[in-house]
Amino acid sequence: MGATKAVTDDTFVSEVLQSDTPVLVDFWAEWCGPCLRVAPVLEEIANELGDKVKVVKLDIDANPNTARDYRVLSVPTLTVFKDGEPVQSVAGARPKGDLMRLIESAL
Amino acid sequence: MSDVRNLIIIGSGPAGYTAAVYAARANLRPLVVEGGQSGGALMTTTEVENFPGFPDGILGPELMDNMRKQAERFGAEYITDDVTRVELAGPVKRVWIGDSEHRAKAVILATGSAWRPLGVPGEQELLGHGVSSCATCDGFFFRGQHIAVIGGGDSAMEEATFLTRFGDTVTIVHRRDEFRASKIMVERALSNPKISVRWNSVVTEIVGADGKVASVRLRDTATGEQSSLETNAVFVAIGHDPRSDLFRGQVDVDDNGYVLVDAPSTRTSQPGVFAAGDLVDHTYQQAVTAAGTGSAAALDAERYIAALEQ
Repeated sequence: MGATKAVTDDTFVSEVLQSDTPVLVDFWAEWCGPCLRVAPVLEEIANELGDKVKVVKLDIDANPNTARDYRVLSVPTLTVFKDGEPVQSVAGARPKGDLMRLIESAL
Repeated sequence: MSDVRNLIIIGSGPAGYTAAVYAARANLRPLVVEGGQSGGALMTTTEVENFPGFPDGILGPELMDNMRKQAERFGAEYITDDVTRVELAGPVKRVWIGDSEHRAKAVILATGSAWRPLGVPGEQELLGHGVSSCATCDGFFFRGQHIAVIGGGDSAMEEATFLTRFGDTVTIVHRRDEFRASKIMVERALSNPKISVRWNSVVTEIVGADGKVASVRLRDTATGEQSSLETNAVFVAIGHDPRSDLFRGQVDVDDNGYVLVDAPSTRTSQPGVFAAGDLVDHTYQQAVTAAGTGSAAALDAERYIAALEQ
């Protein structure tokens, strides 16, 4: 499938919580410099991992409810969801290797 | 040695990207290893008002993006990941990113400096849950709440001023009875009605409740008196340390970890290895000084590589 996909408060349940595969959620905002830099890294990861994992982006400005539900207090926050639950999470931009390990630990 | 490229640049702040612009224009086809937090310290700032050529100011991330594109236009290549190991001795320099090895005739070190944590109990546990190194990233989450900024330099003043957009109150906690920040930044902060200052105070602990920051414990440096400041967020801006751990033992560094160069050149103690920006400079630490030494490092590297071929 490749590439990342935008999710919203409305689609979070179906796209993330009910996903059959693990999902890496990027809680981001357009005013956040590090978020802009982590975005192309996430594209690469999405392309490399293909069907094994879903990589989605949630704009916290447009979708405050989901960000609040998961108590996001920093952007970017990168959280891996598996079977409807957050299983791993990091705050702040990370190098690709770190993110790959974060995902792999949840696979 | 066809797989040995001319130049690898490690780092992606103003020094690294400016070195990349110069080296790429000199047809060295540099590889820039940007690191996972590419763009350097300016990525977490807002408006940059003192970079010449931008009379109306420019956003830090935009400035860095422009520099990156400028180098790319002339053939710079990028890897957005962290270097894990280097071997800088000898004629072929080796740089690893995990298992992937890259080799070059010359290397420019421009890894800048890293945010310095307070090192007090509660800080690591609450990082991303109220403790932050980046006001522009995380200020938004504390709308209408109480915010503390720790530090007394320019970045503390900038963060405090910026955070008044969100916070109900912003308290600057500073260990001394005066700021070392520049006058314009201090005046801007102190004239803001939302900002107050706790002078002569150091943070001894960050206290959480329900997984979020609730307060900080303070000690008065003059009287030793302990107190508590209720706050929802703690922005730590007490300075930076040079990111030289990877290179120690291979190039000479000073007592504080800054890489030593043979000024006014950018030559380190290791032939073929040059260093620029905040990794070297503990005095000025400006975007424009970093860019300046970045260009010098590229010119030094270019001469070094040319001399190898004679």
